[in-house]
Order: sequence, then structure tokens, then C-alpha cells
Amino acid sequence: MSVVAAAPPSAVGARDRRAIDGPFVDDRGDGTAALDAMVEGLHCGGCVRRIESTLAAVPGVISARVNLSARRMSVHWRAGEVDARALLERVAALGFRAVPFAPSATAADPESRRLLRALAVAGFAAANVMLLSVSVWSGLAADMDEATRRLFHWLSALIALPAIVYASQPFVRSAVGALARGALNMDVPITLGVTLATAMSLFETMAGRGHVYFDAAVTLLFFLLVGRYLDRSVRGRARSLAEHLVVLRGTTATVLGAGGPTTVAVDALAPGMVLAIAPGDRLPADGVVIAGRSDIDASLVTGETAPIAVAPGAAIFAGTINRSGALRVRITAAGAGTLLAEMKRLMVAAEGARARYVRIADRVARLYAPSVHIAAAAAFLFWTAVMAAPWQEALLIAIAVLIVTCPCALGLAVPAVQVVAAGRLFRQGILLKEADALERLAVVDTVVFDKTGTLTTDDLVLANRSAIRPADLDLAAGLALHSRHPLCRALVRTAPQPVPIESVREEPGCGLSATIDGAIVKLGNRAYVGAEAGPAAGPELWLACGNAAPVRFIFTDALKDDAAASIAALAAAGYDLRILSGDRPEIVAARAAELGIRAWQGGVAPAGKTQALAALRAAGRRVVMIGDGLNDAPALRAADASMSPSSAIDISQTAADVVFQGVRLAPVVETLAVARAARRRIVENVALAFLYNAVAVPLAFAGQVTPLIAALFMSASSIAVTANALRLAGRPRRTAR
Amino acid sequence: MTALAFLIPAALGLGLIGLAAFLWALRSGQFEDLDGAAERILYDDERPRRDRDAA
Repeated sequence: MSVVAAAPPSAVGARDRRAIDGPFVDDRGDGTAALDAMVEGLHCGGCVRRIESTLAAVPGVISARVNLSARRMSVHWRAGEVDARALLERVAALGFRAVPFAPSATAADPESRRLLRALAVAGFAAANVMLLSVSVWSGLAADMDEATRRLFHWLSALIALPAIVYASQPFVRSAVGALARGALNMDVPITLGVTLATAMSLFETMAGRGHVYFDAAVTLLFFLLVGRYLDRSVRGRARSLAEHLVVLRGTTATVLGAGGPTTVAVDALAPGMVLAIAPGDRLPADGVVIAGRSDIDASLVTGETAPIAVAPGAAIFAGTINRSGALRVRITAAGAGTLLAEMKRLMVAAEGARARYVRIADRVARLYAPSVHIAAAAAFLFWTAVMAAPWQEALLIAIAVLIVTCPCALGLAVPAVQVVAAGRLFRQGILLKEADALERLAVVDTVVFDKTGTLTTDDLVLANRSAIRPADLDLAAGLALHSRHPLCRALVRTAPQPVPIESVREEPGCGLSATIDGAIVKLGNRAYVGAEAGPAAGPELWLACGNAAPVRFIFTDALKDDAAASIAALAAAGYDLRILSGDRPEIVAARAAELGIRAWQGGVAPAGKTQALAALRAAGRRVVMIGDGLNDAPALRAADASMSPSSAIDISQTAADVVFQGVRLAPVVETLAVARAARRRIVENVALAFLYNAVAVPLAFAGQVTPLIAALFMSASSIAVTANALRLAGRPRRTAR
Repeated sequence: MTALAFLIPAALGLGLIGLAAFLWALRSGQFEDLDGAAERILYDDERPRRDRDAA
């Protein structure tokens, strides 16, 4: 990370200027330069068009291309005519945050392209060999002469042999790798089956006989490659989303040094530096306030809803948001010493629950791979020893067993379901970051919610409106209009007609005052207006008008619109619901009571959350954690599965398996429902695949499988599992936004 | 039999053309952004005109 010289502050945000002229600009060497950037806030083709046409209109730009799938853009321009920073500012002015990155880190997945090429070759060969095979099969019933049949077999061999050599490479590599490690995976029987079937078919073709399985071998490869490609693309999409989040996380801070302000990457901050923190900025490091007064919103860090007033000398933590006034902060800890680093340590400690999960496909493969070989070997021994058949004939039967047992349907069964399920969720703004997240979500029986920002919105609302006279409310709102304090903003949202007031004085961290008709009107905290001390029931403001008794405004955080409906739906689906919050117990109690959740805990520290989850897991529960704050990040890792709203702090989004967009809770219900449905489909598909084997293996064992029957079985079972997976696409429930 | 001499090469040739077209499309990056490609068809111009967009 390099440090770039600071430019004058501009509306587009100084935090995006990280090393823009540095390593991310790719000098093409021919007088042109290029830059790749992740774009945040890209939703539709309209956004793509706006960015592309804006950049293309800049003189000196050769091309600008936005990739909507990967949410990236790449710009190519003539060096010297335009500067990378100016281009990014154009994009920022359109309302998108573009963060440059090194494209080599996230280059298009080469393995995925290899699979696609192999798939194309296998598909071509399968179609043409099948064309010839169908002719031969129908020729058996009609009057195809011997010479034509032999010609067709030779043609099949001509097409199939190169295709098989090319398209079987992914399986051969993986099988050889497994055998070299002394292990057995699904690719070993596949490789063995395809190789033996091809060799035998070639032998039969040369001998002019009929046991030719080229079509079966190529079709098998085709269907398996479809499954492999789908699996890869689900993982690839999850991986690129995770990388997207990591790149967008990189931010900068403004450091006040001897030579004036400079912009420094957060990674390069060190204790002792003095930072300028503007209202609305997030603290990049732990520190002590040295100048200025403000209110700090720690809801994403501790879960606490009430803003905290800070003055010089106060300690503040990374991740909190400065709400009302500009601050100067001296860094006391950066990197390893921060609260953030402590969270990361807890997260590493919590890891393991998820790593122990074994995917269904792997569990099946563990059982399947040995039994295929045993069945083939048993067939060979049975026919040589018991039936006293010649070894060539016994070998033919053993190979037939190997071919029909090849996990064609099984290879498609799981990926097809996952692709359909991920696509259905994606259309509703629910992004899977881990490929096996759906499987883990499907077995969950306990849902643990964080409160602040997850069950509730970030906005506070006035709780005791009915107890306040409208005149007081309008007067207070008139004062509150002049402040950026979160409580003042909440007040303004509530009041219909604020009283217009001139010349309002604000004392950050205390309150506002004005003189109206000779009387001093004050709006602020308890001490500021001179109200008597008493217990505070959460965030509050006081209004004092002259000598009249101060009026109290109590605020509370509001549940999300659909929180009650979503909780009810989850309870009806049989989930055990809990709340683990860092906020004060009395506030948590009120929200829990509104939602009808009996099991709740308030005032829980981050380590306490992971301990509570560990206790639940020890009791045999499978837990999904849903949270958005820094204090939830370790718990998100400790749970069996986890979800975060896209409003969550970056580290939590990175830690979660699933990130859902929007301010509603309905995606949680939908995700869990889709996960359960997907698991049902996977189990059905695996059962279908086994059913097919239960019929096909005895037939093969009895020596009754002809190439025609093998092809029919294989295609029918593959189509059956794919069709079953597609049932999941369904019609998603309409979700209003 | 003579019909086969035409039909088989024709079938194989068409298949090979399809395969070659697919591999070319893959190589030229047409499968990089499937979501974006679906949207691009709705634009008036694929290549934005400077005179209009700069205004």
C-alpha cells in the first residue's frame, strides 16, 4: 500500500483514493494505461450504460467496459491525456463507488473455461456418435448390412477417441492425483470405466463385433462435465463475491501531519498519528479524541443503540461512526492492538464448526467409489469362477457393470440442485458466499438473531409521542432541524411542522439552544437542560422552554417492517428462535416481547456470543447466526451457518455465508425455506441415482446390458435428476421492496 | 449407401462448425458477463456516441 498525496477534499469521498496512481494502474507500454476496479452499487443494465457512456465521453479514453456479472469495470486510456483519479471521480459522481484492484488476483477462472471447452467437445462427440449409434440400433431391427454397421462403428471410433482423450482430462488428472495420495475418489471409477469401455469398444470394432460402447462413454463424459461445470460455477460465483467484498473493504483515512493532511491506507496507520474524522466517517483505528465534540454511533460495534457523546480525552473504537461534529483523533492502537484485531482473533478461535461439515456429495462418494470397484470385480470373479465363462466374456461383463454404475446421475444430482437454488436466491438479492452454505443452512434447527440492525432498523423512533404536546414536538423539531445528531434527525422525521427558528447554537455532545421571544429554549441531554437526575430508559432528549418543566422525549429502535411476520413464519416452520444482543437488557426485552421471542440475552460481549453458540451446539443444536455488527463477527464464524444483511459492517459480511440485500427480514425466511427444499431435492436425486443402480447393476451383472440399454439408462437417469432439480426454481414469492 | 456418403460428412461438418463457433465465442470472452450481455441488447447503441453523450 503506498501513500498518495492528498488532494483537496471533494464531494466524491477521499477514502477511495487509495494508491490510484500506484500499482493498480497497468501501464501497457504502448503509451496507454488500463485500470480494473470493483464497482459497488451496480444493479442493472442502466447502471452499466451510464458508467460506460460517461467514461467513453472523457477525451483520451479508448474503451470502458463494465462487467455486470462480476460487478467490475475496466478502463483503457491514453496515458497522459487523462488521469486515473479523474476517471474514478467521474464514476463516483454518478453515485458508484469504484475501488481499483489488481486484476491478476481475480482473473477469470481458467479451470472453469477448461471444463467448458471439454464440455463442448464432449457434447459435439456425444451428439454425432449417438446419431450413428441410433442408426445401428434401428438397423438391427431393419436390414442394415454388415459393412455399413462396421463403417458406422469405425466412424464412431474416429469421433469418440479424440473427444474422449480431450474431455476426460479433468477426471483423469483428479483420479491420478487421488491415487498418488493413496486415496480413492469418484473420479477413479469414472476414469477406469471410461478408459476400459473405450479400449473394449475399440477392440470390438476391430474384431467386427457389436459390443461397442463409444456412445455410452462420450455421453457419460458429457453429463459428468455438465455437473462438474455447474458445481464449479456455483463455487466460482461464491468466490468472486467474497473477493468483491474484500476489495471494497480497503479504505483510507486522512492523517494530519506536519506537511498538512495526507491520505493514507488504513493498513498503514500507526499509533501516534492524528486523524481528521468528518461527520459520517467510520473510525479506522482505536484512538483518543484530542479536539472536537461529537456523538459516536457504536451500534455496529457493540449493538448499543444510544449514541455516545464524546469530548476531548474520550476513547473511541474502530468501526464506530462519527455522527455530528468533526473530530481529531490520536491513534492509540492500530492493526494488532485494536478491537477489530481482537474480533479477528475470536473469529479464528471460533472456526472449525463449519470446516468439519462434510458435503452430501462427498459422503456419497466415500461410499460409492469403493462399491463400484467391488461390484465390477465381483462380476468378473463370478463369471470366471462360478459360471466358468472365458475371461474375455467375464471382462466384458465386468466393464458393463463399471459403465452402468458410473455416477452419471450422481454427478449431476447435487450441482444441478445447487445451481437452481442459488439462482432463485440470487434473483431476490440473496447472495451465497460459500458453496456449501445451502447444505449447512438446511439442517439448522435454531435461529439466533442479533438485535440492532438485524431485527431493528438503524433509525430510531420517538417512543412516547402520545405523551408530548404537539406544540412541544414542533418546537423541539424546529431546534433539531439544525443538528445532525441521530436523535435530532429522528425527531424531525416525527414532527409534521417544525417551528422555524433562526440562529440556533449547537454544543456538540450536549445539545442545542436558541432564544425565542426572550426565553431561552434548550434541547439536549439531561444535564444540559437542567432536569433532575433519574434512570434513563434508553436514548432520550429533553426540551426546556424558559422556566417550564423540561419535557422528555424517549427514543427507541424500531423493528423492521416485516420482522413480526418473518419471526412468525420461522416459528411456524419449527425453528427455535433466540436473540443475543450487545444492547442493554431492558431494550432487548422490549423488542423480544414485541416479537414473542422468549429466549433472549442482552448485554452480551462478543466472546459471550460465541460461548452461547458453543453451548447451543454442545447441546446438539444446529445454529444459524444472523447479525450485522462487528461484535457479531466471531459468532457468525462460530455458528453452523450464518447470514448478514448487506448493511452489515464489512468484516461481518466477510464472515457470513450468505449476504442478503434490502432492509427486510423476509430473505432469512426465504433462504431457510429454499435451503430445506434444496436438501430434499438433493436427497431425492441421490435416491433416484441409487434406484437406477439397483435396476441396472443386476442387469449388467447378469450380462444382459447391451450398449442400447446402457445409453437409455444413463440418459433417463440424468434427465430425471435434472428435471427434479428444476422443480426447485418454482415461482418465488413476490417480495415488495 | 451413396446418400450416406453425403449425409455423414454433412452432419459431422455442421457439428464441427457449431463446435468451432462455440470455442471461438468462449475464447473471445463472450461468456465472461452473461448478465450484462442480456442487458446490452436493450441499449440504443452498443458504442456510445461522443457527440451525444458528452452533451
